[in-house]
Amino acid sequence: MNEVYSINGPVIKVKNAKNFKIMEKVFVGKQKLLGEVISVDDNFTTVQVYESTTGLMRGEEVFNSGESISAVLGPGLLGNIFDGIQRPLHTIFEENGAYIKPGTNVDCLDMNKEWNIKFSIKANDHVEFGQIFAVTQETSLIEHRLLVPKNVSGEVINVKKDGLYKMNDVLAQVKDKFGVIHDLTMVQKWPIKEPRPIKDRKPLTIPLVSGQRVIDTLFPIAKGGSAAVPGGFGTGKTMMQHQFAKWCDADIIVYIGCGERGNEMTQTLDEFSELIDPKSNKPLIERTVLIANTSNMPVAAREASIYTGVTIAEYYRDMGYHVALMADSTSRWAEALREISGRLEEMPAEEGFPAYLPSRISQFYERAGYVDTLSEKSGSVSIVGAISPQGSDFSEPVTQNTKRFVRAFWALDKELAYARHYAAINWNLSYSEYINDLSKWYNKNVGTEFLEARQKFIAILAEENRLMEIVKLIGKDVLPDEQKLVLEISRVIRVGYLQQNAFHKDDTFVPLEKQLKMMKVILYLEKTAQSVLKEGKAFSLLLRTNMFEKVAKMKYDIPNDNLELFEEYYKLIDEAFSAIK
Amino acid sequence: MNLQYIGLKEINGPLIFLENVKGIGFEEMVEIRLEDGSVRHGRVVEIHGDLAAILVFEGTKDLSLTNTVIKFTGKPMEMGLSKNVLGRVFNGIGTPKDGLGPVYVDEYRDINGEPLNPVSRLYPKNYINTGISSIDGLTTLIRGQKLPIFSGSGMPHNDLAVQIVRQAKLTGGDAENFAIVFAAMGVTNDVANYFKRSFEEAGVLDNVAMFLNLSNDPIIERILTPRCALTTAEYLAYKHDMHILVVMTDMTAYAEALREFSSSKGEIPGRKGYPGYLYSDLASLLERAGIIKTAKGSVTQIPILTMPNDDITHPIPDLTGYITEGQIVLDRELHQQGLYPPIGVLPSLSRLMKDGIGAGYTRADHQPLMNQIFASYAKVMDARSLASVIGEDELSPSDKSYIEFGKHFEKHFISQGYINREIGETLDLGWKLLSIFPREELDRTDEKILDEFYNHELAVSTFELAKNVYIKELKEEI
Ligand SMILES: Nc1ncnc2c1ncn2[C@@H]1O[C@H](COP(=O)(O)OP(=O)(O)OP(=O)(O)O)[C@@H](O)[C@H]1O
Ligand SMILES: [Mg+2]
Repeated sequence: MNEVYSINGPVIKVKNAKNFKIMEKVFVGKQKLLGEVISVDDNFTTVQVYESTTGLMRGEEVFNSGESISAVLGPGLLGNIFDGIQRPLHTIFEENGAYIKPGTNVDCLDMNKEWNIKFSIKANDHVEFGQIFAVTQETSLIEHRLLVPKNVSGEVINVKKDGLYKMNDVLAQVKDKFGVIHDLTMVQKWPIKEPRPIKDRKPLTIPLVSGQRVIDTLFPIAKGGSAAVPGGFGTGKTMMQHQFAKWCDADIIVYIGCGERGNEMTQTLDEFSELIDPKSNKPLIERTVLIANTSNMPVAAREASIYTGVTIAEYYRDMGYHVALMADSTSRWAEALREISGRLEEMPAEEGFPAYLPSRISQFYERAGYVDTLSEKSGSVSIVGAISPQGSDFSEPVTQNTKRFVRAFWALDKELAYARHYAAINWNLSYSEYINDLSKWYNKNVGTEFLEARQKFIAILAEENRLMEIVKLIGKDVLPDEQKLVLEISRVIRVGYLQQNAFHKDDTFVPLEKQLKMMKVILYLEKTAQSVLKEGKAFSLLLRTNMFEKVAKMKYDIPNDNLELFEEYYKLIDEAFSAIK
Repeated sequence: MNLQYIGLKEINGPLIFLENVKGIGFEEMVEIRLEDGSVRHGRVVEIHGDLAAILVFEGTKDLSLTNTVIKFTGKPMEMGLSKNVLGRVFNGIGTPKDGLGPVYVDEYRDINGEPLNPVSRLYPKNYINTGISSIDGLTTLIRGQKLPIFSGSGMPHNDLAVQIVRQAKLTGGDAENFAIVFAAMGVTNDVANYFKRSFEEAGVLDNVAMFLNLSNDPIIERILTPRCALTTAEYLAYKHDMHILVVMTDMTAYAEALREFSSSKGEIPGRKGYPGYLYSDLASLLERAGIIKTAKGSVTQIPILTMPNDDITHPIPDLTGYITEGQIVLDRELHQQGLYPPIGVLPSLSRLMKDGIGAGYTRADHQPLMNQIFASYAKVMDARSLASVIGEDELSPSDKSYIEFGKHFEKHFISQGYINREIGETLDLGWKLLSIFPREELDRTDEKILDEFYNHELAVSTFELAKNVYIKELKEEI
C-alpha cells in the first residue's frame, strides 16, 4: 500500500513507492483528494494535491489512477462554470451548498443529459483521429462537432441512427488495423498539459476585432495570436478582458478566473447570462466556458486552471471554431508555481520564482495559433493574458518573461487609471507586432484609409509626447499656435478616441467602420484648423468655436446604428471655422 | 482520538517539533499544557514521517524539551458561536477576556472557513451610506464589499473607521439587523480603547464582538485573530441573516506575524521577506466578504493597513489591492494641511460602485458627476506640478481655474470633518464645485446633464469667485 509519509500544505510525499508515473492523477487519503504526481525518485514520490489537505494524516492511502490529469471533453461545456480541475460549480452548489468542500467528487459534464446526434459517417467508412463523426446542437448558437478520439483510426463497423443519446452511449464502433474494436461516445479525455495535435499552423493575417478602439486601431491582436495586459491593481485588466469576452468576434470564449475574486466570477456569470450578443441575438453565455479558481481556492488547482482552459479552447478549435481565451491573471498562476516550487525546496531563480518559469509561460502562449485542424477545417486559439506585476513594476519576472513570448503588449498605466482614462492603455509603452501581418486585411476590409489614419494618430501622439516635455518646463502659453493645435488635437484623440467607456451603451463596443469614421472627422478637424491658422487667425479663436469639444464627444452623440450623422460634423467644422473673422 | 505526548524534540522560534507521533492530521489543533497548568494552543504545520512541526500561537517562551504535555484534539481549530458573542470581548484566539465567563455555544465552526463557491455568491449591489462625501460620492461602499483603508502611521485611519461605523446606514428595513465585528491585530491599548469608547458613544456596543490581539500580546496569535473574527461574522450573517461590518486593524501587523512564522519554518521568502503565499493567505481572509444566495445577511469588510513608509507598492498594500474591491487611500499631504478625512481621491477606488449607484440607488447624475470630478481633479494635479516649476502667476487662465477648483474641492468636498452628509447633499456640492469651471471645460459630461446641474452663477456666489481674477480672465478669453 502507498501511504502518505509527509505533508506540507498542498505537497505530500509517499515513501518507497515505485509504481507511480510522473504527471499521473492520484487520489489521496480517505477523502480521495485529487492530486498529481510531480516528481519521483528512489526514496520519495511527490504529489501536489488540488484540494485542501487540512486533516490529512500520515499513513493514509494514496491511490493510483493510471492516467494523467485530463480535461473531459464533450457537449455541455458551453454555458457552464467549472473550477480549476473542471468540477462543475453549479452542480457542486446544488449538492453541497455554498462552500466547496474537499473530496467533492462529481461528474465534470452532465452524463444523463440526452443530445440529439446527427451522424456524418456510415459503416465501412475509414475514420482517423480528429475527424468529425457526428454533430449535435450544443447551444442554440454553437454546433458541437464530435471528433474521433486519439489512437482511434480504422474502419467503421457500425453506427447508430440519428437521434437522442446520452453521453456514454456507444454511438459507433471502429475496428483498427490490429482488429481491435473502439467505441465512440460523446466524451473524450485529454491530458491538460499536452497540446492537442494539429495538421498545420498558418500565418496570422486576420485580426481579432474587439470593438475597443485603442486595441483595434493602435495595437491589434490577430486571430491565433497572443497578447499580455500588464497593470497594477485597479488599472482595468479585468474590465479589458470582460470587454474582449463580450465583444470580440470569436466563436467561442474561454474565460479563466485564475486566482482572482469570487465576486468577479459571479458578475461574469450573471452578466453573460443576461447580455445579448448583437450579432446572434443570443445570450453571450451560450458561447462561453467559464473557469473559476478564485484566490481562496486551493493553489495547486489554480495552476491547473490555465491548462484546463486552454485544453478546452483547443478542443473547440479542432472543431473548426475561432476561440478566444482570457486568463485573469497569469501572475497568480506563476505564483502558484512559485508556491509549489518553494514547498519542494527547489532552488529559486529570480524573486523566488522557479527557474522553469519562462519555459512554462512560453508553453502556455505557444498553444495559441491559427491552424488547419485534423478535421480538415481551420480554427484558432487566441490568448489574452492579464499580468498583475508586483508593485506595478514591469521589470518583474512574470512581465518580462511574458513579453518575450507574446506579440501584443497592452501596458496599463496607473496615472491614466487615476485620472479615470479607461482603457488605461499607455500608448507609449504598448505595442503590437501583428500590425504588418494584418495590414492586408485592414486595407481590404475596412479601407486603406484606416491604416493611414492610424499612422497619423501615432505621429500626433508622438509629437504631443515631445511637446509635453517642454510644457512641463515652461507651460503651454508660450508655444506657437501650431503647436497648441497639436496639443489640442491630441487631447481630442485621447479623450474622444482612445478613451472608451465600457459602461456606455454605444461606446462599449465600436465597430471598425465607426472607428474609421471617427478618425477621419478628427483628422479633418486638424486639417481645417491648420489651414485657418495659416490664414493668420489666432488659435484662441478656434478654441472658442467649441468644435474640439463637440468632436471629442461624438462617440456618445453618434449611435452605432446611425453612422450617417458623421457627415454633419464635416459641415459643422466648416461652418464654425469659416465664421471666424 | 485524544493522543497525548510528553516532551519535545526541538524548539525553534514559535515552532516546536515532536517525534514519534502517529495518527495526527495536518493543520490539526493541539493543546500544550505547561508544568504550571497553563494551556497554550498550537497547530500542526508540517508532518514528515513521524516528526511533526507545531506552531505555538502564544509563543514558546518558558517551554523546555521536557516540561510540556501535548494533546492532539483531532480537529482543526474551531470556535464556539452563538448570538451571544455580540457585546463580548475576546482575545486574539477567541477566548473571552471580559471576565463575563464563557459564551453559550450554539455551534462550533472551523475558523479557517472554506472557499465560497462563486456560483453561490450574490453580486453585491446595495450601497451603504457612510455620510462621508468622498466615500459616498466617489468610492461608494457596497454591502458585501471588501474595501480597505490604506493609511500610514500617524494618520487618522482609526477616526475614519469609527466615523464610518457610526454613520453607516443601511437602506431599507435591515437597519436593526446590523452588527459590527472588530478585530485588532498588534494595535496599542490606546487604539483598542478608542474603538471601544467610540462604539459605546455610538450606542452600538451591545452589537459589537471585539477580538483583541494588542501590541504586547503574542505575535503569532495574530494569525488567528482575523480568522476568529471572520468566522463570527459569517456565522451571524449566514445563520442569523445579519448585516455584519468587519473592521480589521492593522493588517500590516498581521502580515508581519505571518512573515515571522514563515521565516522560522525556513521557507523561501518572496518580496521583502514575506512568504510567497502572502497573496493566497490574505485572499483566504478577504474573500470571506460577500453575500450568498442561501442566506439574507452580508459580510462587509473594512480592513485597515498602515503602508510602511507610505509606500503603496510595498507588498502588503500591493497584494491587498489586488484582492480587495478597491481601496480608500489616505493622503499625508492633505492630512498635513489639516484636512479631515484626508482621502486621496485619485488613487481611491470602489470597484463595486458602478452597479450600486445611479437611478434607483443614489441618483441618476451620480456616475457622470463622479467621472467629471475625477477627470478635473486629475488635471488639478497637473496644473499644480506645472505651477511648482513656473510659478502660479505664469499659468494659463485655464490652468489657474484648475488650481482654484482644487482648492475649493479639497476644502469643501474632501474636508468635511465629522459631519454626516446625505448623498443628495454630496452630489449637489459636487456639481456646485464643478460649476466653478466654464462649462466648456467639463468635457466628460453629457450636455443634457449639464443643462440640469451646471450653474456657474451659484458657484460664483457660493465660493466668492467674483473676487477671483483668474476665472474672469478665463471667461474673457473664451
Ligand atoms: N473601460 C472601462 N470603462 C469604465 N471603467 C473602467 C474601465 N476599465 C476599468 N474601469 C474601472 O476600473 C475599475 C478597476 O478595473 P479592473 O477591476 O478591471 O482592474 P484590474 O486591473 O483587473 O485590477 P486587479 O488587478 O486588482 O484585479 C473597474 O471597477 C472600473 O470602475
Ligand atoms: Mg482584475
